[in-house]
Amino acid sequence: MLSKTVAELSGALTRKEVSARELTQAYLDKIHQLNPALNAYVTITAEQALAQADAADNRRAKGNASPLTGIPIAHKDIFCTRGVLTACGSHMLHNFIAPYDATVVERLEQAGAIMLGKTNMDEFAMGSSNETSWFGPVRNPWDQARVPGGSSGGSAAAVAAGLCAMATGTDTGGSIRQPASFCGLTGLKPTYGRVSRWGMIAFASSLDQAGPLTRSAEDAALMMNAIAGSDLRDSTCLELGFEDFTAKLNQPLAGLRIGLPREHFTKDLNPAVQTILQNAIRTLESLGASFKEVSLPNNYLSVPAYYVIAPAEASANLSRFDGVRFGYRCENPDNLEDLYKRSRGEGFGDEVKRRIMVGTYALSAGYYDAYYIKAQKIRRLIKQDFDLAFNDVDLILGPTSPHTAFKLGEKVSDPVTMYLEDIYTIAVNLAGLPGMSLPAGMLNGLPIGMQLVGPSLSESRLLNVAHQFQMNTDWHSQRPEV
Amino acid sequence: MSWETVIGLEVHVQLATKSKLFSGSATEFGAAPNTQASIYDLALPGTLPVMNEEVLRMAVSFGLAVDAEIGKRSVFDRKNYFYPDLPKGYQITQLEFPTVGRGSLKIQLEDGSDKVIGITRAHIEEDAGKSLHEDFQGMSGIDLNRAGTPLLEIVSDPDLRNAKEAVAYLKKLHSIILYLGISDGNMSQGSMRCDANVSVRKKGATEFGTRTEIKNVNSFRFVEKAINYEVQRQIELIEDGGRVVQETRLYDSDKDETRSMRSKEVANDYRYFPEPDLLPVIIDDEYIAAVRATLPELPGARCLRFVSQYSLSEYDADVLTSSRNMADYFEEVARLCGDAKLSANWVTADLLGLLNKNDLDITSSPIKPSQLGTMISRIKDNTISGKLAKTVFEALAEGESDVDQIIEARGLKQVTDTGAIEKLVDDVIAGNPDQVAQYRAGKDAVFGFFVGQAMKISKGKANPAQLNELLRNKLKAE
Repeated sequence: MLSKTVAELSGALTRKEVSARELTQAYLDKIHQLNPALNAYVTITAEQALAQADAADNRRAKGNASPLTGIPIAHKDIFCTRGVLTACGSHMLHNFIAPYDATVVERLEQAGAIMLGKTNMDEFAMGSSNETSWFGPVRNPWDQARVPGGSSGGSAAAVAAGLCAMATGTDTGGSIRQPASFCGLTGLKPTYGRVSRWGMIAFASSLDQAGPLTRSAEDAALMMNAIAGSDLRDSTCLELGFEDFTAKLNQPLAGLRIGLPREHFTKDLNPAVQTILQNAIRTLESLGASFKEVSLPNNYLSVPAYYVIAPAEASANLSRFDGVRFGYRCENPDNLEDLYKRSRGEGFGDEVKRRIMVGTYALSAGYYDAYYIKAQKIRRLIKQDFDLAFNDVDLILGPTSPHTAFKLGEKVSDPVTMYLEDIYTIAVNLAGLPGMSLPAGMLNGLPIGMQLVGPSLSESRLLNVAHQFQMNTDWHSQRPEV
Repeated sequence: MSWETVIGLEVHVQLATKSKLFSGSATEFGAAPNTQASIYDLALPGTLPVMNEEVLRMAVSFGLAVDAEIGKRSVFDRKNYFYPDLPKGYQITQLEFPTVGRGSLKIQLEDGSDKVIGITRAHIEEDAGKSLHEDFQGMSGIDLNRAGTPLLEIVSDPDLRNAKEAVAYLKKLHSIILYLGISDGNMSQGSMRCDANVSVRKKGATEFGTRTEIKNVNSFRFVEKAINYEVQRQIELIEDGGRVVQETRLYDSDKDETRSMRSKEVANDYRYFPEPDLLPVIIDDEYIAAVRATLPELPGARCLRFVSQYSLSEYDADVLTSSRNMADYFEEVARLCGDAKLSANWVTADLLGLLNKNDLDITSSPIKPSQLGTMISRIKDNTISGKLAKTVFEALAEGESDVDQIIEARGLKQVTDTGAIEKLVDDVIAGNPDQVAQYRAGKDAVFGFFVGQAMKISKGKANPAQLNELLRNKLKAE
């Protein structure tokens, strides 16, 4: 039961095969059993969840339920939750309880989803393995010696291990898609501005987007129906009317044109991953899609450009954590400067400090043009590459990650190797486009995903293609034995 | 050695919006600390700025009032620095693309000539909170009520050549801001704050000297004194073989001196970059036209109209239009009594004298326009003489409210009954035979004596025109 999709659970609730309370209790039991090993959750809100479950059962009884009413969810600890600790993976916020809910949290609650707790993550979403968390690493349910990916590692591990039915994540450079790939899940990073960022702790404001981590494309569509849409509290949120992301799931793929970026299918691509992608391409071809090579010539610049822009924005976004008003404050500061230095020195972990310093440097007088401005120019070129490609194809298919989940500790001491983890995903954030990862195969007992990228606001089409693929394959139905 | 002073002013004007620039918190002055600080003002994580449209309208209206280029696309930037009263660790401001671009302001110099002062730009930004260093036993208190209040920073070109010009520019700016109603302009409460960039150079030099910045001077008078002090300091320093150091200085009004705020000025690197949480503000001609349509008549135009419509002297018109409230007051009085010239005389002479004596603003004048208007009407309809009107004016200033009651109670009503005046004239002629003889012998100047006597007897109440006419007739008659 706990490994079923949201769509299946929703049906079971409607048919009264199970109550929201029973479902919630079952998930809570499993969390208590498995979380000590996996470390996917940092906060478990059992009491609140059961109260929400009762309310959901009432709502279902009254007949005004949404498909998500009574579905247990886990929120990445980057989303502020009223009255519940929001630590963002950091010592800096180990005591921060927000007096407000993020828009994403609020909308899912309005839909009737039940919050089981908050999930572990890389500190301030800075990391690709969930190893930078102040709360310790998360273990991949497929192999507990391995990482779940990051930064939404706790959410991915929780969904994969059956510790919730669905989870929220955020994606600044691949933080939804890469963990989805490592944990055998469907993860969607929406178009920039599709989902409100209000109440979501900012890492890099021009790149951050919230999205679903689920067991199927259909589930992702159901979550998108709840979280997408305009929000007056976020000026960068697009003003769009309601879109039903499930409406086109069953649209046939005949006539679909898919681009394969030359720059991704090179001899550098892991041959096993290459084989898995070829199999997926054949499946989609059999469903009516046609393939053609496209070029993203500036993609190779995406990682360096990203590691200027994202840290630059982060260096300012994280200035508010100064020990003055909330969060961690050092003991007995001598004076103001000591308060700042020690609160931030002791409150932030190494990766966060590294990025603050990189970002501060990139914005400094004399370096701004050479780094920040140049990176913005590259960003425009990357966007242009995609625009040109989408003149010829409807969407682009490629790898999500260069490989399957790696071992804990394997890359943690080498930041550059870690940064290259996101080589296939980062360009999508820089271009502000929607991208998703869905399971495409298994390698040595570990799942691996493929990435679909579409033009701006093409989420419904991406979900449609993913859903059709999932109707004809069972990679997304694989579950780890935990 | 002859020196030339170069001054540029940076004026921060707090815009009089109900809520803050990027949050819904109230902006009212004087509330208990931190009662007007929302989760955004506190910079709690995940909160985002949402632009207050009213701020844009106010900035654009200012731009139009100083004939400035209006930025069709203005961009907000982050200015990064750490300070406890700056909750986000950055200030949202406009660096490269301000809402108001190049404009100009005409000021009147003491010799009566005009001078045009260039306005470099005016940009929108957030105010910081306040750090309170007293009453906290070695700690500091932070009040974030002011944090996020909208400011318009108006930057002048270095066109001002002495402290008097700087004050004239500041007063003109102040007047325009009040005309537009975009700020209360209260300098003592910090709604209008002035930083002065001051340097000196040898007359005829083309390069600017090293400048110092005098921060936050909070009255017109102090601006003048601070600049004068600083100019003198710089000249003496250079003449003694020293060098002016580029630094920020604070004016101490108690000691009437400026002193260095930071001993060694490290150039701050604010690491500006475009604010990713806000989209560029795009405005079109239609928007600008709509704002233009709401602009009130500005002082220059109003002054010209006063001259043509009311036949006032340029001087009177200028005095009356120096503030919007003053001009409104005058126009109300003129409308009520129907005599603009007489109204202008009473407002510029008697009323302004009264206000100056008591250090009052026109808005807190003890005499309301309706009262002054009624009083002048009574002069016009011959109920009282212009001279006795002064008594009415004084009574009004003392707090009495009803003009007609004052006239009645004090018996100030003018005598217009021809019989009564005739009797008065007869009495005066009969009682002063010597003077009558002189007059009739051709000494016209004695006429004034008869008027004086008649007025004395009537306690000033005889209608002067009637009195004059009767006197002349009777004196001529025999």
